[in-house]
Amino acid sequence: MKRDLISITDYSKEEYLKIMDLAAEFEANPNQDLLQGKVVASLFFEPSTRTRLSFETAISRLGARIIGIADPGSSSTSKGETLHDTIKMVSNYADLIVMRHPLEGAARYAAEVSHVPVINAGDGANQHPTQTLLDMYSIVKTQGTLDNLNIFMVGDLKYGRTVHSLLMAMSEFENPIFNFIAPPELQMPKEYKMFLREKGIRFFEHREFTDIISEADIIYMTRVQKERFSDPIEYEQVKNVYILRNAMLEKTKPNVKILHPLPRVNEIHTDVDKNQKAYYFEQARNGVFTREAIISHIMNLK
Amino acid sequence: MSDDKKKKLKLKVSAIKEGTVIDHIPAQNLFKVISILGLDKIEHQITFGTNLESERLGSKAIIKVTDKFFEDDEINKIALIAPHAKLNIIRDYEVVEKKVVEIPKEIIGIVKCFNPKCITNNETITTRFKVVDSSPIALRCSYCEKHTVGEQIKMV
Ligand SMILES: [Zn+2]
Repeated sequence: MKRDLISITDYSKEEYLKIMDLAAEFEANPNQDLLQGKVVASLFFEPSTRTRLSFETAISRLGARIIGIADPGSSSTSKGETLHDTIKMVSNYADLIVMRHPLEGAARYAAEVSHVPVINAGDGANQHPTQTLLDMYSIVKTQGTLDNLNIFMVGDLKYGRTVHSLLMAMSEFENPIFNFIAPPELQMPKEYKMFLREKGIRFFEHREFTDIISEADIIYMTRVQKERFSDPIEYEQVKNVYILRNAMLEKTKPNVKILHPLPRVNEIHTDVDKNQKAYYFEQARNGVFTREAIISHIMNLK
Repeated sequence: MSDDKKKKLKLKVSAIKEGTVIDHIPAQNLFKVISILGLDKIEHQITFGTNLESERLGSKAIIKVTDKFFEDDEINKIALIAPHAKLNIIRDYEVVEKKVVEIPKEIIGIVKCFNPKCITNNETITTRFKVVDSSPIALRCSYCEKHTVGEQIKMV
């Protein structure tokens, strides 16, 4: 039976660990012709150059050919074809589908329609599981473990799908602690806090972005987006409160790393970039190895 | 009201020999119940009454289906719109069994997802939800994973 990767919770803890091991293997040896002779469809119904390039690099390094849609304006969908029909057609051509779509649940639906595996490269505000796995790979690479970590999440915790998925995944590991730093209007939704309570996992909520970060092993920064606010004045008030500056890192732990799903706006000051605790550019690079790992796992090649 | 009159009122919807009587349906949901159970597509004899007095519901409806006996899975589909519905199973004009409806674990094709950005609201797809809470009823969309809760629940 084919396996898809649509939501981060589709994978078990054992599979997370397997992907971590495979990603390390691909980092050591990125070019492996495991997918030679295969065709992978890269369907981006919404533009996301960053994610598309990362996937297409991973696919190329595995030796497969790529067909696909990069510009949704020119695709069959703009001529009114349903997602159902596009996926039916493409799954007759390709051995694997990588898909990004602006509507939530589109990837789960595509996986039902397709007879080849589907990897979700983002469906609206819902899920982006390969981002979470590359975040986890970045964590294990820099901390040596996924257990006993104190993870700070900062910024938009209400709509930020990356923090929600990371929370779910890291909750599978031993003894995590979560610290949430967000303005009142962008706090972690209560279903996630309920989930943590039910699992007996400790978490703390803060309004102020202060030296409490001295406890952190990981500081996961997110964008505070203007369109999330109904009141523009509210946005102006909070947008400059949740900015990480180099001076704030002085008292932090030596092992701490700063992650960000990128692109950033102003939430990480450029003076942080030179600090060895800044990890967001390496994090993006880890995406290629993690995606090679995910693809070869889904295609039963590793 | 005289006993005789009461008896006559009760007989407004006539008795059946074999089959199922579904009672305590909220009057405004009668036609939805008929459609969910597919009663508009079967050939059994069906009688129904609506806008009948009910102490509990204010105004109730009742459906009698001759020679039809529902499976639990089938009848539980109406739990969202007729949570207090009661079934009387009739054999030879006698009630031989009474049943209540239960909210199923999964709801397929009945409810609309509350999330306007859900794929099910943008393409012709049968909706599917897991019931994650019962009071108030909370449904988790199997596609967009968002919750549709209580008052937000609307029929397709
Ligand atoms: Zn939905």
